Amino acid sequence: MTTDAIRAAGAEQAAAHRRKKLIKYALIHLGIIAFVCVCVYPLLRIFSVSLRPGDKLVSTDLALIPDGATFRSYWSLLTSTHFLRWLWNSLVITVATSFIGVSLASTAAYAFSRFSFGGKKAGLILLLSTQMIPAGMLILPLFLMIMKLGLMNTYLGMIIAYSVSSLPFSIWILKGYYDTIPRSLEEAALVDGTSQIGAFYRVILPLSTPALSIAFLFNFTTAWNEYLVARVVLFSSKQYTWTLGLFELQGQFITQWGMFAAGSMLVTLPVLAVFLYSSKWLISGLTLGSVKG
Amino acid sequence: MATVKFAGIVKNFKDNQVLKKVDLEIKDHEFVVIVGPSGCGKTTLLRMLAGLEEISGGEIYIDDTLVNHLHPSKRQIAMVFQDYALYPHMTVEENMSFSLRLKNAPKKEIKARVAEAANILQLGKLLHRMPKQLSGGQRQRVAIGRAIVRQPKVFLFDEPLSNLDAKLREEMRVEIAKLYQRLHSTIIYVTHDQVEAMTLAGRIVIMNQGVIQQVGTPIEVYRKPANLFVAGFIGSPTMNFIEGTLRVEKGHVRFSSPSLSLDLPSKLLPADGSHEGREVTLGVRPDDVCAGREAGKNCSQKFDSVLEVSELLGHRENLYLKTGDLRLLATVEAFFNQSPGSKVPVCLNFDNMHVFDRETQARISA
Repeated sequence: MTTDAIRAAGAEQAAAHRRKKLIKYALIHLGIIAFVCVCVYPLLRIFSVSLRPGDKLVSTDLALIPDGATFRSYWSLLTSTHFLRWLWNSLVITVATSFIGVSLASTAAYAFSRFSFGGKKAGLILLLSTQMIPAGMLILPLFLMIMKLGLMNTYLGMIIAYSVSSLPFSIWILKGYYDTIPRSLEEAALVDGTSQIGAFYRVILPLSTPALSIAFLFNFTTAWNEYLVARVVLFSSKQYTWTLGLFELQGQFITQWGMFAAGSMLVTLPVLAVFLYSSKWLISGLTLGSVKG
Repeated sequence: MATVKFAGIVKNFKDNQVLKKVDLEIKDHEFVVIVGPSGCGKTTLLRMLAGLEEISGGEIYIDDTLVNHLHPSKRQIAMVFQDYALYPHMTVEENMSFSLRLKNAPKKEIKARVAEAANILQLGKLLHRMPKQLSGGQRQRVAIGRAIVRQPKVFLFDEPLSNLDAKLREEMRVEIAKLYQRLHSTIIYVTHDQVEAMTLAGRIVIMNQGVIQQVGTPIEVYRKPANLFVAGFIGSPTMNFIEGTLRVEKGHVRFSSPSLSLDLPSKLLPADGSHEGREVTLGVRPDDVCAGREAGKNCSQKFDSVLEVSELLGHRENLYLKTGDLRLLATVEAFFNQSPGSKVPVCLNFDNMHVFDRETQARISA
């Protein structure tokens, strides 16, 4: 084989490799675009409905911004209903639930990760098994518990119910993360002069922000979107969370789809804000450089 | 600075006893290296002194103060961990000043002490870097700096160089030796590397299976190993061991093995009737196997061996020899110039020969 022939064969091989790579990338991107369309379509549809004049849900118009687009539905929602109140209720309950849930989970997970005690394994399995029970099955016991505590129709009742239900997942997430943090870091802190709790707050927690963020987001989105428990615990319109409030717009004979859609758009904003803010904490590699890798 | 005393220390992990009544006293300003194979209990002993491991039995004193139940931070010790254990979310300066900040020390004092430690360890330019931006050697220096800043009574080093490559390890070894000369503190250093132990220690503590085998200066443990384990563990290449039986004949002791018979001088082993029939192991360091050269004044009678393999190490050469069923390793001057299979006359130097009782494994020779 001459040098030219070898070069030509090499070039051909390289071209074939490039083609293969291009096809692979094209297929991956096609798949991603398809998924994005499936995810974004309902949002765009709702956005479109919220801008339509009147309460038309179904329309043959495919335009994202419909003819005669107006923010009247948004205005009506904010002025003629208790929407802002519902939003506030949801926000208070969700934020409190998230902070309490993450605080409880972070300390409980630390105990599960670092200490040996009787029933540790059984406790972890028990926590996991609670996640296998359908949420609907828990409504009756939660209802009885909250009623016996005299917390029906209160923020506290909702906060207790939500914090408790998302605790197992958060504990498992955080325990898994703590397990990856070398123990020698805490031991160094102990020798340096902290207590065990001090080592947890000064060393472990700052290193666990990715897992804490995930636990916080999980608590936040679960509590924010919850409907069933709220339906059972809350009964006065002023105490409603937005999930119950929006449902009120659905009447027996007429549903105010414009306001419904406008509400749906507005309630995504807090979650979006929390997601965007949390993303900066969802970074990996925080423990890089601490110990020999 | 301080003294440290371990009195009858026992450590049990469930049914497994990893430390069996360890007694050890460490003097003020002493550099003690605890050395032994993996799992011998050396790190556990150090961690118990640091307060990171519970004590199952016995007492630990620092400067005559019983510290068994004292919190690690109250023991006035500083520890350098095997894996550095730097706080990854803090800069080098924050890492080094962490203990002082916890004590609410004045800012001026913190700055001065960090600067002093950084100066000693040449970390001045790295103070504002994060641990992930440092090399392995720099990280270990920061870990040592963090310990220096505390001005502890006792420094504990837990295999601090085992994660570094060979060249860096050598450099850091010299750094630690210099540091000791400068600080002159009490240092307890755990390692499995006998070179570190021999070069750094004022005294070496050799451990195996939770028991201290011997405590002595590096030269003592090298020249007069207390038992077979120490003889095999200290020294590189490893000592040659020849199993055989002793006979007392005509006023001297004769060592007999299937491949070798030697008359042992009375200086090495007096002709005592109690040695008759005793099963022993003879120990000879490769340096004391005299191959292909004139037998010295204190050498055994010569015997023939066959060269199996030779390894040139630079200025020295390892010769793997065989005589009968017996294999011997000899270390000689480089360029021995004999090819494998050739006959090599060999004799053993009685001056550095050791006789160990096979049953008790203890050294019985002088």
